[in-house]
Amino acid sequence: MTTKLETLPTPEKKSEGAGKPTDRKRRVRESRGTLAFSRAQRGKSLMKHGILILAGGLMIYPLLWMVVSSLRPNELIFREPGLWLNSLEMSNYTSGWSALTHPFGHYMLNSAIVVIGSILGNLVSCSMAAYAFARLQFTGKKLFFGIMLLTIMLPFHVVIVPQYILFSQIGWVNTFWPLLVPKLLATDAFFVFLMVQFIRGIPRELDEAARIDGAGHPRIFLRVILPLMVPALATTTIFTFIWTWNDFFGALIYLTDPDMFTVPVALRAFVDSQSATSWGSLFAMSIVSLLPVFLVFLFGQRFLIKGIATTGIK
Amino acid sequence: MSAISELSSITRKKGKATPEEKKANRRDNKAAYIFLLPWLVGLVAITIGPMLMSLYLSFTDYNLLQPPEWTGLDNFTRMLSDARLHNSLRVTFTYVFVGVPLQLAVALLIALVLDKGLRGLPFYRSVFYLPSLLGGSVAVAILWKQIFGTTGLVNQVLAMFGIQGPGWISDPGTALGSIILLHVWTFGAPMIIFLAGLRQIPTMYYEAAKVDGATTLQQFWRITMPMLSPIIFFNLVLQIIGSFQSFTQAFIVSGGNGGPSDSTMFFTLYLYQKGFGQFDMGYASAMAWVLLLIIGVFTAINFIASKYWVFYDD
Repeated sequence: MTTKLETLPTPEKKSEGAGKPTDRKRRVRESRGTLAFSRAQRGKSLMKHGILILAGGLMIYPLLWMVVSSLRPNELIFREPGLWLNSLEMSNYTSGWSALTHPFGHYMLNSAIVVIGSILGNLVSCSMAAYAFARLQFTGKKLFFGIMLLTIMLPFHVVIVPQYILFSQIGWVNTFWPLLVPKLLATDAFFVFLMVQFIRGIPRELDEAARIDGAGHPRIFLRVILPLMVPALATTTIFTFIWTWNDFFGALIYLTDPDMFTVPVALRAFVDSQSATSWGSLFAMSIVSLLPVFLVFLFGQRFLIKGIATTGIK
Repeated sequence: MSAISELSSITRKKGKATPEEKKANRRDNKAAYIFLLPWLVGLVAITIGPMLMSLYLSFTDYNLLQPPEWTGLDNFTRMLSDARLHNSLRVTFTYVFVGVPLQLAVALLIALVLDKGLRGLPFYRSVFYLPSLLGGSVAVAILWKQIFGTTGLVNQVLAMFGIQGPGWISDPGTALGSIILLHVWTFGAPMIIFLAGLRQIPTMYYEAAKVDGATTLQQFWRITMPMLSPIIFFNLVLQIIGSFQSFTQAFIVSGGNGGPSDSTMFFTLYLYQKGFGQFDMGYASAMAWVLLLIIGVFTAINFIASKYWVFYDD
């Protein structure tokens, strides 16, 4: 949750990438300067790399160690801090997979349903609201926009008790609806704001041209704006994926039946049910649960970094 | 423009329509409200409705089974003498006011080292960013529980140097520190915002300073810090709001009970126990409003204090 408000792609040109080649050229030129100067610089850059490799290694080491440990016999987890593997032990994965009421795939499927539903909900509802805020004039616009911005910062806990009462009275506890319906109603206001910012960067002339051709707002939205805001939609998709996949609090409250468990609550049930001796299979399923996020990070990194990089500036 | 600066700009030019807005005075109320419909329904049913409801419940005694019974300020006076609640506030404040500055300091430090076209920057950036995507997951909390356990990775490494480490998460003196460390570990997201901010500082400032014989330290305090202050402020506000709501890590690491001896009993954890463990919904609602109030007060203090240290270029 802590990373929640930090992204914001704008359609501005890729100033980041564009600056790079010249930077490199300048560095090459500088390094051809006087020998003493270049030696001092090389020393400084070497020191920088040293610091970064050390810090980065320290950051990543726990994760690597978890991966390696999940492939080791269980007892080694308590006395082997290194990363070398003598043999590949897959038993942690097979035993972890079937350690709970259902095979772990069942929980992954539940999570996938919630994630896909949340993504679709956010894409549709947030883009519609964003279009209205970015392009339409209407009574109360400023007030609503201000409220929308405020709800980004609203702590979830202030609404969770009545929400729980509401959803339990409808009979939605132990269904996915309490997790999905808020997304269908654009309550992730952060994405509304992100899309508003993006739409503001799309030239108004395009809307005007479509309007002159006789297009109404639904048509302008679907045919002009939506195709142009694909990068913002991609960022929304990726962040919704990661946050929903990791979401623990909502699932903890609404999903108490093991049939309905998503991955985070299943893992929690696993921790609680196991004594401290089965860290291996616990690690194995933790790795399995992190894998989708890692893959999204690997392939969606461009959108993630660029999305975050243009935040909060100006 | 970030959500924060946007919000403050709305309050600044209250009521005054810009010439641009006057020109486009043609209103599309009908179309706008149709586009806003999902968001409006969500605002009423998922956000504002439950907020008012929880405000009402905070003045009642309610256990989900019997109808709420009005008890006036009873919940709030109970809070005044609830020692566990006071302790949970102390724990949360420590987490926020140690964890957030520490995390931002590390983020800024690494961003400074990474800046200026360093070779391999995209690789380093990914390595530092990855933990902030995984840090909110149950899986990483499980990993943390092992690493800082009595026979965990940290103590295995210490043992190599002949040091017998304590059981970090089973010792009330160090348990909270381990969770703060997990927060610091996720410094990647603010780091990327800092990197983007550093890129926006015109290099000519530094060149001019160099000509005038300014040292690196002087350049940092006189150029980098003032130019970066709006972004530091942005990160500070968001991280404080987010950290007050932190839940998953403390819940998993402590096995859901905020132990040992309430040393990791975050305010949100206590709220969860009251509301969803003991179904004392009135008290939980009152706690939620206290949390909202605390976050509101600290955000306001942040904004007021920003006048004295945040430098806006325009």
